[in-house]
Amino acid sequence: MIRGRIDRLRRRAGTTALPYLLLLPALLLELAVHLVPMVLGAVMSLKRLTQFFIRDWTAAPWAGLANFRTAVDFDAPVGRALLHSFWVTCAFTVLAVGLSWLIGTTAAVLMQDSFRGRGLLRAVFLLPYALPVYAAVITWSFMFQRDTGLINHVLHDQLHLVDDKPFWLLGDNSFVALVTVSVWRSWPFAFLTLTAGLQNIPRDLYEAAALDGAGVWQQIRRITLPSLRPVNQVLVLVLFLWTFNDFNTPYLLFGRSAPAAADLISVHIYQSSFVTWNFGAGSAMSVLLLLFLLVVTAGYLLLTSRRKDATA
Amino acid sequence: MPIVRAAAAGVLATALVLTATACGGGSASGGGGDSSPGTLTYWASNQGTSLENDRQVLEPELRKFEQQTGIKVKLEVIPWSDLLNRILAAAGSGQGPDVLNIGNTWSASLQATGALRPFDAATLAKTGGKERFLPAALASAGAAGQDPAAVPLYSMAYGLYWNKKLFAEAGIDRAPATWEELVADGKKLTTGGRYGLAVEGGNISENVHHAFTLAKQHGADFFDPSGRPAFDSPGAVAAVKQYVDLLGTDRIAAAGNAEYANNQSVTDFATGKAAMLLWQAAGANLKSHGMAAEDYGVAPVPIPAGASGERATTSMVAGINLAVFRATKNTEGALKFVSFMTGTEEQTVLNKAYGTIPPVVEAQRDAAFATPELGTLAAVLGQSARPLPQVPAESQFETLVGTAVKNLLASAAAGKPVTEDGVRSELTRAQQQMPAN
Repeated sequence: MIRGRIDRLRRRAGTTALPYLLLLPALLLELAVHLVPMVLGAVMSLKRLTQFFIRDWTAAPWAGLANFRTAVDFDAPVGRALLHSFWVTCAFTVLAVGLSWLIGTTAAVLMQDSFRGRGLLRAVFLLPYALPVYAAVITWSFMFQRDTGLINHVLHDQLHLVDDKPFWLLGDNSFVALVTVSVWRSWPFAFLTLTAGLQNIPRDLYEAAALDGAGVWQQIRRITLPSLRPVNQVLVLVLFLWTFNDFNTPYLLFGRSAPAAADLISVHIYQSSFVTWNFGAGSAMSVLLLLFLLVVTAGYLLLTSRRKDATA
Repeated sequence: MPIVRAAAAGVLATALVLTATACGGGSASGGGGDSSPGTLTYWASNQGTSLENDRQVLEPELRKFEQQTGIKVKLEVIPWSDLLNRILAAAGSGQGPDVLNIGNTWSASLQATGALRPFDAATLAKTGGKERFLPAALASAGAAGQDPAAVPLYSMAYGLYWNKKLFAEAGIDRAPATWEELVADGKKLTTGGRYGLAVEGGNISENVHHAFTLAKQHGADFFDPSGRPAFDSPGAVAAVKQYVDLLGTDRIAAAGNAEYANNQSVTDFATGKAAMLLWQAAGANLKSHGMAAEDYGVAPVPIPAGASGERATTSMVAGINLAVFRATKNTEGALKFVSFMTGTEEQTVLNKAYGTIPPVVEAQRDAAFATPELGTLAAVLGQSARPLPQVPAESQFETLVGTAVKNLLASAAAGKPVTEDGVRSELTRAQQQMPAN
């Protein structure tokens, strides 16, 4: 009798332990791949890790919080440059995410009803998302060339909109170029996600609204957008994180010396560590960036889920 | 059933993590530090017209080395955009090549990391002694007073390339010798969509090399004798302003040059869009664009009228050095390879293929190096070239000052006036980014 119960218990313990056992390799890899480098980066941020110590970084002298103090001392050149880069990145992110979302939503709503050629258009819309980043951004950098680029050819030679050919990859215009390429790259993702979200809205809601005399605009405002809320909540967050951290686009467009107007924080931190060979300072800036993104993400999730509770 | 589901979940989770690894982690390929004694890993810089061209030039020579010593050399040609980062990563991890090429201006910076094996007198003796090398080239292999961190492999110097036909059309019969003459000639040559001079304004290395030479001519150095940065001294400001003014005030270079960073200035010169070019060993490059050697002349870079000594500097000592990675497990083989590559025979073959000047004096006697171009550049190298500052912070200096000049050229190209104060504040800003020690 008792032995039978013990056997049963043992069997049950076996089945409950197995999933955790199977997850263990994944957990260990996760630790090795994500957590350990993050912790090491945080440790490096506390060290004076310059070129003299990269061969054995553990031997670098401890700097305490000196790297952090330098990074946030906004009266000194290094801190001021970091703050400038931070504001540029904020403006860039707001514009790029806003425009990507707007274009993605518009396109998704326009593609909601079926018509001839819809499949083809959808495929075309997704092209920028499917292209390899490197090839696409290099092509853009050719198009933005002042003397030989397509953009100036169209604006200056064909449409005569500008008197003098502007530079797109130097000076203040570089910000416009950066936003353009970023929106071009990320709006298809918004489009794809929202298209999927739209499939879940029951058609009869629209029919009922039409019977009640609601116009297209009202249908979008009262049905489509509220129904897409949960999708948008995730979409905007993901777009924000990707855009804020984007390294490929600015690096491929401008190389290792980005113009001040397009000095995004990821490239700025890369500059601060690799170009000046001061890896402690670069790590400190990365840790600050991580903290900022954590706070924004947590705040965003808190805010959006609370509002959902309120409306529910 | 639960077991199947759990197993599936486990597989899925592992797969997810593995894909995440593939997305996030950089691969650690190319490590050869602990290879077997019979092989060496060699990182070559991009000297030829393409990475493939470099492989074609180097591979027959590496086979020759294998026949002589039985040591197989694994070759990797690394583009300039990656080379320094790859070396830094190798230095940090200890996983790297056995032998590698470095830009000679990085010598002191990399020397400070301790990642390169110093060439002390005994080691140098194994390669035939330091007397074999051109003094200026060996002086660009590490900080003064220390054992060199590398040995010179290919040497180059800047020269003024001028288009004979365009000069004749403008009624000018010789290359300008002073900057006043260069600007005056440049203005005559700037007509009908053609410009007097082409500059590579978006290339920060080019910018910093010219800033260095001009600063020397103004009696200034970017580092004081104790090795502290002095980017915004009056001489340095005057030098940078003079360079930027070629495009801004003098307008003898096209505004679009400010974003050139892919050797478009060489193309412009070769195709007759610009009549002059300040470049190092451009011959092979010009030939690949269809410009014959008799169509252009090469003269030393102009100097201020009446200048002599340091103020008559016309070039930095340009070139490539060969270094041995300290973490190598095959020091003996690596040094054998260095001896081979700096031997007179290989020096002749390789420098001939790349259109560069052998830093090994003996190899310079070959007739291939007696062309008007290389003759002029060799004379510059021997007489009026000075090494870039050999200080640990040299690499940072190149990037920061080169970027400052790039920004100033961009302003000038956009039609904004570039004043002395503007130049000074840009250089001050660059200096403030230098890490405080």
